[in-house]
Parts: sequence; C-alpha cells; structure tokens
Amino acid sequence: MDEPVLEVTDLTVSFGDVRAVRGVSYAVRPGEVLGIVGESGSGKSVTSAAVMGLLPPGARVTGSVRLRGKELIGAPERALNSFRGKSLSMVFQDPLSALTPVYRVGDQIAEAVRVHQRVGKETALVKAIELLELVGIPRPAERALAFPHEFSGGMRQRVVIAMAIANDPDVIICDEPTTALDVTIQAQILEVLKRAQAKTGAAIIMITHDLGVVAGFADRVLVMYAGRPVEVGGVDDIYYRSRMPYTAGLLGSVPRVDRRGRQPLTPIEGNPPSPAALPPGCPFAPRCPMHVSACDEEEPPLFEVGPEHRAACIRWQEVHPRGPGRHAAPSDGPRLRARGERSVLEVHQLVKDYPLLKGAVFKRRIGTVHAVARVSFDLRQGETLGLVGESGSGKTTALTQILELAAPQEGRIVVLGHDTARLSRAERTEIRRDMQVVFQDPLASLDPRMTVHDILAEPLRTHGRPDSGRRVRELLALVGLDPAHAARYPQDFSGGQRQRIAIARALALEPRLLVLDEPVSALDVSIQAGVINLLDSLKARLGLSYLFVAHDLAVVRYIADRVAVMYLGRIAEIGHVDAVYDHPAHPYTQALLSAIPLPDPERERSRERILLEGDLPSPANPPTGCRFRTRCPKFRTELTGEERELCVGVEPEVRPVGEDQGAACHYADRRGVG
Amino acid sequence: MTLSEEELAEELADGTLTRPPSRARMVAGRFFRSTQGLIGFAVLALMFLLAFVGPLFSPWTYTDKDFTAFMQPPSARHWFGTLQTGSDVFAVTLRGMQKSLVVGLLAALVSTALAAVVGAFAGYFLGWTDRVLSWVTDLLLVLPAFLILAILSPLFGSGQWPLFVVMLALFLWMVTSKIVRGMAISVKEREFVQAARYMGVPPVRIIFRHVIPNLSSLLIVDATLNVSSAILTETSLSYFGFGIQPPDVSFGTLIADGSLTAVYAPWTFWFVAGLLVVTVLAVNLVGDALRDAFDPSSGKA
Amino acid sequence: MAGFLARRLLNYAVLVVVAASLAYLVAATALDPRSNYADRTPKPPPAVVDAQLTVLNLNDKTPLLQRYAVWAGGVLRGDFGKTVAGAPVNDDIKRRMGVTFRLVILGLVCGSLLGVLVGALAAVRQYGWFDRLSTGLSFLVLAVPVVVLANMLILAGAWANQHVFGRQVLLVSGEYSAGVEGLGSQVVDRLQHLVLPTISLSVGLIAVFSRYQRNMMLDVLGADFVRTARAKGLSRRRALTRHALRTAMIPVVTYFAFTFGALLTGATFTEKIFGWHGLGEQLINSIFSNDVNTVAAISLLAAVSVLCAALAADLLHAALDPRVRA
Ligand SMILES: Nc1ncnc2c1ncn2[C@@H]1O[C@H](COP(=O)(O)OP(=O)(O)O)[C@@H](O)[C@H]1O
Ligand code: SF4
Ligand code: SF4
Ligand SMILES: [Mg+2]
Repeated sequence: MDEPVLEVTDLTVSFGDVRAVRGVSYAVRPGEVLGIVGESGSGKSVTSAAVMGLLPPGARVTGSVRLRGKELIGAPERALNSFRGKSLSMVFQDPLSALTPVYRVGDQIAEAVRVHQRVGKETALVKAIELLELVGIPRPAERALAFPHEFSGGMRQRVVIAMAIANDPDVIICDEPTTALDVTIQAQILEVLKRAQAKTGAAIIMITHDLGVVAGFADRVLVMYAGRPVEVGGVDDIYYRSRMPYTAGLLGSVPRVDRRGRQPLTPIEGNPPSPAALPPGCPFAPRCPMHVSACDEEEPPLFEVGPEHRAACIRWQEVHPRGPGRHAAPSDGPRLRARGERSVLEVHQLVKDYPLLKGAVFKRRIGTVHAVARVSFDLRQGETLGLVGESGSGKTTALTQILELAAPQEGRIVVLGHDTARLSRAERTEIRRDMQVVFQDPLASLDPRMTVHDILAEPLRTHGRPDSGRRVRELLALVGLDPAHAARYPQDFSGGQRQRIAIARALALEPRLLVLDEPVSALDVSIQAGVINLLDSLKARLGLSYLFVAHDLAVVRYIADRVAVMYLGRIAEIGHVDAVYDHPAHPYTQALLSAIPLPDPERERSRERILLEGDLPSPANPPTGCRFRTRCPKFRTELTGEERELCVGVEPEVRPVGEDQGAACHYADRRGVG
Repeated sequence: MTLSEEELAEELADGTLTRPPSRARMVAGRFFRSTQGLIGFAVLALMFLLAFVGPLFSPWTYTDKDFTAFMQPPSARHWFGTLQTGSDVFAVTLRGMQKSLVVGLLAALVSTALAAVVGAFAGYFLGWTDRVLSWVTDLLLVLPAFLILAILSPLFGSGQWPLFVVMLALFLWMVTSKIVRGMAISVKEREFVQAARYMGVPPVRIIFRHVIPNLSSLLIVDATLNVSSAILTETSLSYFGFGIQPPDVSFGTLIADGSLTAVYAPWTFWFVAGLLVVTVLAVNLVGDALRDAFDPSSGKA
Repeated sequence: MAGFLARRLLNYAVLVVVAASLAYLVAATALDPRSNYADRTPKPPPAVVDAQLTVLNLNDKTPLLQRYAVWAGGVLRGDFGKTVAGAPVNDDIKRRMGVTFRLVILGLVCGSLLGVLVGALAAVRQYGWFDRLSTGLSFLVLAVPVVVLANMLILAGAWANQHVFGRQVLLVSGEYSAGVEGLGSQVVDRLQHLVLPTISLSVGLIAVFSRYQRNMMLDVLGADFVRTARAKGLSRRRALTRHALRTAMIPVVTYFAFTFGALLTGATFTEKIFGWHGLGEQLINSIFSNDVNTVAAISLLAAVSVLCAALAADLLHAALDPRVRA
C-alpha cells in the first residue's frame, strides 16, 4: 500500500477561546478520495483552511500536517507558498466570488502556472487554454479572454478546478465545490473532478454536507461533528454499517428522491452545539436518541468498531441503522386519490418578460428575457403542487406574478376564484388575507428590528384583527416554538426556528393557500427534516393548499402531491409525483432525476447517469422549437434526422402521457431511471 | 410537535410576556462600553455644559467691553484674555459655541430627516418618483452651495438664524439621500419587505415601518456626522462674513477675527480654534462609535 | 454605449443650464451693484449710474427676466458679460482658471493617492500602530475646517521659518514672488509657495479617502478571491496588491465624484487665505463687490466641473471594472 501523501494528526484550531477544530486526524493516499461530511459549523472548512495554512490571523493551530513527510504547521511562509497551488491545491464553495472580478480568466489561470513554473507569459497562457479545454470549457482559446462575470457558476467552478490542477498537485482539497450549483451542473462538475483526478493522480479531499455527493465518489468517509471526527471508515461501512447515532440520524433525515410513499423523516432533535459552549461528555448527547447518563462523563474517543472503521460512541455496539439500502419502499402503491374539486389557484398561459439590461453604470437594454413563457397549472383545495427546476428556469418569476395580484403581461391567473386582472380593492385585500407566503431565507424574511410578537402581529393588524398576545402565543405553539419567546428578536433564533416563525406569520390569518419559495433549502438536513414534517402536519390539520417551489427534487417528492418541472420558462413535465418520479416521460425530467446523487454507495456505483451538456441557454435567446433540444440526450443520440426536424421546428405543448401526467416532448416516453 | 389542547393551555399559561432589552438599550450598552464612544460622549456633554452653563460663572457677558483691558493675555480677570475691543474672550467664545452647537444640531436634524424621506421614497417607488427626486438631488449637488448661501447671507441678518439653519440643511442632505436611496432599493428587495407587501401592508406604511427603521443605524450615524459638517460649514461661511451676522457671534466670526491677530495675540485664535476642533472631534467620535454599536458584526462585546 | 453617453451628457447639460440660471437669478436678485456707486466720492448722478449699470446689464430697473435673457444670450455666444468695473468677465476668468486648476489638480492627486495608500496600509495591518495612528490623525484632521487649518498652517509656517530654517522657506502669500530671475530659482520659488496650500487642500482629502479605502479594503481582505489567489501560491503581499487593492479601489473611485464639490469649496478658502489669485478668491471678492456676472460665470464653471468630475468618475469606474464595461 502506498505511503499517505497527506497526513493530518491531531489538528486543533482555536479562535480566542473558541475551539473550532478539536483533534482531527486523517491520512490520504495517492489517488484516493476522502469524503468529509458534516453540517454547517462542524469545522470542515476551518480544517481545510488550516491544512492550506490560510486561516485568518488570530487562529491558533496545533498538531501536525505532513505533506509527503514534510511538516507544514510552523513552516516558514516562503515554504508554504511554494507548496500551495503546487502540491496542495484547493477548490472553494462559492464559484461566483472565488475569482478576482477584474482579471481575465485565462490570465488568472496563467498566473497560477507562473507562480510555480519558470515559463513566459505566452507559454503560461497556452497552458491555461489547455487546462480550460481539459475541464470542459468549449472554445477555450476564446473564453480565456473573458472576465469571470461573463461565466456561469458552473463554468467558473471549472475555471477554479483548472487553476487547482495547473501544477499537477498531489492533493486537491474541494470545499463544498458543488453546493452552490444546480444538480445537473453538480453532476458535470463531479465528472470534471474525476477526470482531473485521473489526469493528475492526485488524492482528493471532498468536503460536503450532502451525503449523496460523497456516496458515489469517495473511497473513505470522515463524519465531523462539533469540530471532531465522530466516525471514520470505508464508504460502505459508513452508509450501511454506521456505528454512531449522529451518522445514522443524518442518513435517516435525508429525503430520498427514489422513495415513494410518506414515511415521516426522522429529524435530529435540537440544534448543533455552538463551539463556544460544548456540553460536557459526548457533544452529541443533547440530541442523541440513545443518550444515557454515562455519555456525559467524558467525550468518547474513537473506538475501533471494525476494520479501518472507527466511531466515537460508547454504545456503538447497539447502534443498528436502518441502512438506507435495505429499507424497502412501503407497498401502499401509488397514492392516486382523486383530485379535489375546488380549485384554489389557476394559472393559464402565463407570460412574463423582463428587459435584459447590461452594465452597471452604463445601463442599457439589449434584449428581452422570456422568464416565463406560457405556463399553465392549477392547484386544488388541500393539494400540494411542487414547482421544480434549475435556477433561472422561471420558478420565482412565476411565483411573484401570482403574488403580485396584478393583471399578468399575458395569460390569466385565478386565485381563490378571482381573476387577478379584475380585482376590486376589497377583493385584493381579501385574497392577501387568504394567500400567504414563506420565503427561502428565514432571516431575510423577518424584519430584524421587530420582535417576534410584532412580526406575528403585523398581519393581524394589517387586516384589522385584534393582535392579542394570546393569538401570537397560539401561533408559536402551533409551529413548535416556546410561546414565551415572543419578546425575542429573530436574530436570537436558529435557522430552523426562524423558518418556523416565518411559517407562523403566514398562518396568522388562517389562510387557505400558502406559497412557499424554497422554504427549506437554506437549512441543514437534520433541521430541514423537522420543518418538512411540520409543514406536512400543518397541511393536514389546517386543510391548506401549498404551492411549493424548490430546486431539491427529493424534498418535493416527499411533500408534494403533484409536481411541475420547469425548464427555461416552460413546463417540461407535470403530473402526480409518483408517476413523474417513477416513470418520467420528458428527457429533461429523466436527466434531472438521474443527476441527483443518492446517499447509497452501491446504487451510486451501479447507476448510469444521463449527463446533460453545457449550461442552461439564455432565456433571452431560447432555442427554436423545443427549448430543451440543445441539451436533450434523446435528440442527440436517439432521434433520426427526420425526427429531429420536429424538435427544431415546433415547440411541443404539454400532452397527456398517463393518467395524471403530461409532458412537453414530441417523443415523450415513460421510463424508469436508475 | 403537534400539541394537545392541555399542553397548549399549559404553555400559554406560563408564557409570561417578558419584554427583552430593547434594541435601543442594547445599542446604548455597546456604545458606552467602547472607550471611543465614552470619551466622545463625555467631551461633547462637557462642551454643552460649558456653552450653556459656563456663561453663568463668567463675570462678563459677550456684549460687555472692558475699557481697561484691550488685547490682554489670559489673566485671573479675563480667563481667556481680551480682544481689541475689550470684549472678554471667554464670554464671546462660549456665546459663539452656543450658536454653533445649536445651528449644527438643528441643521443636522433637518437635513437627515429630509435625506431619509426623499431617499426612501425615491428608492422604494422608483420610476417617476425616483426620477424627479433624484434630479432635484443632483441639481442641488451641482449648485455651488457655498455661493448660494453666501449670496443669501444678507437675509440671515440679526435674529434670522433659523432661516440660516434651514438653508444650511438644504445643502447638506443630498449625499445621504443618495445613499439612503441605494439602500432603500436593496431593503425593498429584502424578503421581509416583500412579505409585508404580499400581506397587504400599504406602501407608505412599509416605508415608515420597515424601510426607514432598517436604515436607522445609517441615519443616526449620518445625523451625527452631519452635525460636524454643519458646524464646519457654518464656521467657514461665518469666517468670510456670510453666516451668523454681527452683533451675534459664532465660531466662524471669532476665528476670522482671531486669525488676524493670532501671531501676536495667540489667545484670540487658539482658544476658539481648539474648542471647535475638540467639539467636532467629539461629535465624530460619537458617530463612529455609534456606527460600531449598531453594526451587529462588530461583535457583542 | 454611445447612446447612453449621449443621454447622460444631455442630462448633464440640462443640469448645468438649470443650475447656472438659478445661480444667476439668485445673484441678480440678492446682490445690489447699485450700492457700489453709493460711497463713491464724488457721488455720481443717478442718471449716470443707471446708464452705466444698463451698459453692464446690471440695472435693477430692467426687469429680471430681460437681464437674464441678455445674459443667457451672451453665455450662449461664449460671453459671460462684464464685471462691475467694466472689464470682460471672460478675460479675468481665463487668467484665473489656470491658477485654480493647478491647485485643485495637485491637491486632488496628492490627496487621493496618499489617502488610498494610507487606507490600504492601515487595513492590511488592522489594529496595528499604523492603523491606530492614521485613524486618530484622520479624525483630528476631519475636525479641523479648512479655514482654521489654513490659518494654522500659516502660523506654523511662520514659526518654522523663524525657528527651524532661520529664513523664509515656506511662503504663505500668492503663487510666486515677483522679480525672481532664472528658471531654477523660479521653480524653487513656486514650490515654496505651493507647499502649504497643497497641504491645506489635500490633508482633508487624505483623511477622507484613507477612511474610505480602509473600509473597502477590509471588506475585500476576507473575500474568496483573495483566498483563491493565496491558494495558488501567491505571497501575501502579491495577493494583497494584485488582487485585493486592485479590486478595493473600484468603489473608492465613485466616491471621488462626491468629494469633488467639497474640494472646490476647499480650494476657494485656500486661495482666499493664501492669497492665490484664482477663481475661488475671485468668487468671494465678487460677492462683496456685487459682481453678478462674475458670480454667475463662476457658478457655471463650478457646475460644469462637478459634472465633469462625476463623468470622469464613471469613466474611471468603467476603466477599472470590467463588470461595468460589459
Ligand atoms: N427582476 C429581473 N430582471 C431581469 N431578469 C430577471 C429578473 N428576475 C428574474 N430574471 C430572469 O428570469 C429568469 C428566471 O429567473 P427566476 O424566476 O429567478 O428562476 P428560478 O426561481 O428558477 O431561479 C432568469 O434568467 C433570471 O435572470
Ligand atoms: S456517546 Fe452517548 S450521547 Fe454520544 S452518540 Fe453515543 S449514545 Fe449518543
Ligand atoms: S421535443 Fe425533441 S428535443 Fe425536445 S425534449 Fe423531446 S426529444 Fe428532446
Ligand atoms: Mg429562485
């Protein structure tokens, strides 16, 4: 077996009194992929920054980091500079801000080359173009001259990867490289990383909070909690034979896109501890379902629980996860109950264009963005319609058009029986009372200057209801918060609690229709499960209808009755969730579903991915005929030249393909995807 | 998670409504814990005390003339010395300080309020409202303020200083208003404003309840800094004889006179100049400390 | 781009026209050239005064709008009218423009460059001694109005000449001394005159720009792209100058437009106090001498230069930031 290229031993990092990382050890061998998983705040990024020697000033580091046997902690700055970007390189989470906005991408890559290699400007630029080609940027010579803002997020992440592999590194640390990206782009980027690894033979450290991403990619996985590894082992050991309640809990709280039926998710109760105030003993104790008093005595060390498998739990022998693979789908069949009679929302041939502006100081109009182009759907009483699609597909625009309650640019919107084009003032007020909204970012949607009491009382006051403290406390209790906290400010709550406050505000006026824009995508998985369960139970108890917008298809499968898949301002496929997820008919839906990584290593390894090429085309300039044809795998590989003419010439409308399923494809055919 | 009725009743019973420390109290706490803020505030308080209480202890008023002492250096009789005219420097300095402080405070208040309202309306409504308001803002930025104030100075003759305050304020608000406009645009995009809109809260109420309060830190800081701008502008105008008109005195008129005699009678210049600098410095320190106190990212000390 | 520029220039032109007209109207209403003749000895007969004022287009018996029309017509032809003394305003202004221009440009260059430099250094060593010192000093400087600062500089200059140099090194009055021969000595003489006014004008700018640059730089220091640059293997200094400073300078440029008006006012005071015969000095003198046409001409120039500064800031912004150019 090879010697490890990177060996981290007992690494600790503290900022003042706060110990952010408390003893992390791992080793990676050449060509190996180590996954590091953990929720936000568990110390993943600080660990990697410490390894790179890029911690902010004021951080104290102890322990050892050895790169090919050479100690990096305490090494002189010059030596570190010569390692960074050469033997040890890094890919960051947010591609939008990772590149200097004022330099051309080609120059930025060339700079990375020239720092470590004595080559001229031209040679470095040629090398940069080769690298761009390697990471899959079309027309690299031309694109090298572009500035970062002219690239999409996925493209920028490719540039960052190109920079990271510019000097054939031994180790590439990837810190959540795909978190900010859409699933189809995520699949592409993971593919690029695999290619880069094959080319350079580097070891990869893959940091993520998404258990799906590492399942198919990593050889070994390290689970972090409160600044410490709590379980380490081979990827199958972690996913199928987890010996730590936290890992098992994480796996249980992930909604799965490949599961039908509605077993409630098992959220992990409580919130991750703040590193400044750790509980004594096992840091997971306050949230652990298996907690016993012995757990509080001392922090459990990593027990050897199997070959190359260690877990930090004193009761590891008793942990028996419902391993994700062996957990059979319940056989209650498709939930195809008849749809309700009363319609609460009808959207008919909705159109919304935006002017396409260019430049910040010298603003000018250079075209029209067709953000929503003839979209139709309806929502019945007591139903949940999920609206999914990649960013830029027009979900938010469709939503705001409905919420504005104004006459749409084209088409018709009927909310709770009223056409929005012909609303009287009184009717509008009435609808504003019966339709409420919950936004993605709970902190941004609560006025930070108001107490929770005032926030919850605002809708009551606006609609002339008495804003009694009793009603406010009732609402807080309804969403599972302590009513005594009404006097606090939103900042005093954790993310999940804030989202509960936002939900309580939406419920204040006893609405009939709730519009939810990505309500759980800003939350950690363990917290997300709790909010999803809450929404689900509220709907049943209060007889609500949800219009639920999300980019996470798994969440939608879990909560929605019907789903509409949007692509570039159009509906690609719409229908009952089980029908659409089990037998998608539109090639886009098929690709989308196959791009979602499953937290199930075996299935991930055996899956045949349908990779979409390129980015979403600009909605200002959509392709003729079928908007999906530029990326459609069916168009590219299965259709004959004659058949293609139809795709190029005629824009497909949504046509029924099943009992409650319709797809906008000339050659729709229902099939299962892996 | 779903509560039974009894549980609900129980929760509600002991759910006592305790008011948390209000935001203002928190900010004040953070403000007074910073040395800078404390010093600034103490000095400023001292200046006010000096300006308004000091004259009670002085044997001379600012109109008195001591015909036995022209241009005398500081002594027990005249603490800051005397001027060419026999006026007591201490008495006139305090009188000038009163005027400058009052003018500065009022002008800052008026201009910040104007900036907040104009900026918030322009930024919230955009469209034509914005175009008109922004055009007026630009026009006032382009007009040489000093010149207009100077030309109009005869209007501010004795006793007309409130008019002077208004005119001063009229030329101080534009930059703040542009900043407020920009921030109002981004606050408008914030989801809590969208939430209020979709709830049916009328626009003007949103502006006064959500937009302006969320800019309050900027506004308070800006009001503070406008106090110093107003004092400085007043000083410059009065220096050239365009501001506060005799027989009234202010920092500016005193400095103008003092600078002529400063070489051989330093007391006629340095006391006034020193007090002016200390006052403005204290105001700026307070403003800066307030900014830190408002900014949650500066850490809850 | 061209269309956009044209629209912006048109908007600017409208602003200048309105601002200059307002300035003229206010000046023509509030200033009283007739009073200039009141204390002449011997007192000229009213008819003569009227005739003179009418020739100069300053007669308050002519309706305001008519005077305005005459003035505006002249301005359109490039003629700003006559001073109260009867000389063409144009000649006077042309001569003085250069003086003010030299002072303002020098102050601006010194002020902004040094300010950016000081601010950037302070940010890089946040809470270090340099940061504390520069912060303290800029607070102090910002508390001193130009009129006081200029007078203090004069006092300090006189003291230094006497006690430090033992001869007249720092000259405090005018732009140059008359009767200095030879190119070398003339340059030295001009420099001697330049030192104190430049300080008086630029110190405030340095303070403002350094505070602003410091904040911008602090924002950028933690930015992802600086981390990326470091992760490539760039040294701290190179990452800071090539990536952080270069990017943090962009917003400071827009700030430039805001400060320009203040700079002009500052130049007015500096000129007046140091006895430079520039536009600023002329402005103050012309208000005292009720010289409506000169006042209006100078306001127009001020409006034009403020807008030029705004335009320059926009162009500079576009030059520095590819996102704006796009
Ligand atoms: N206010 C706006 N002005 C211009 N273009 C917009 C605006 N809002 C959205 N768009 C554009 O409309 C398209 C659809 O965006 P959006 O509705 O936000 O999609 P999603 O919610 O799926 O991300 C995108 O190309 C986006 O850039
Ligand atoms: S040690 Fe105890 S509290 Fe910690 S994970 Fe194991 S059972 Fe839970
Ligand atoms: S219509 Fe043609 S291009 Fe469009 S999705 Fe179907 S097969 Fe693909
Ligand atoms: Mg969106």
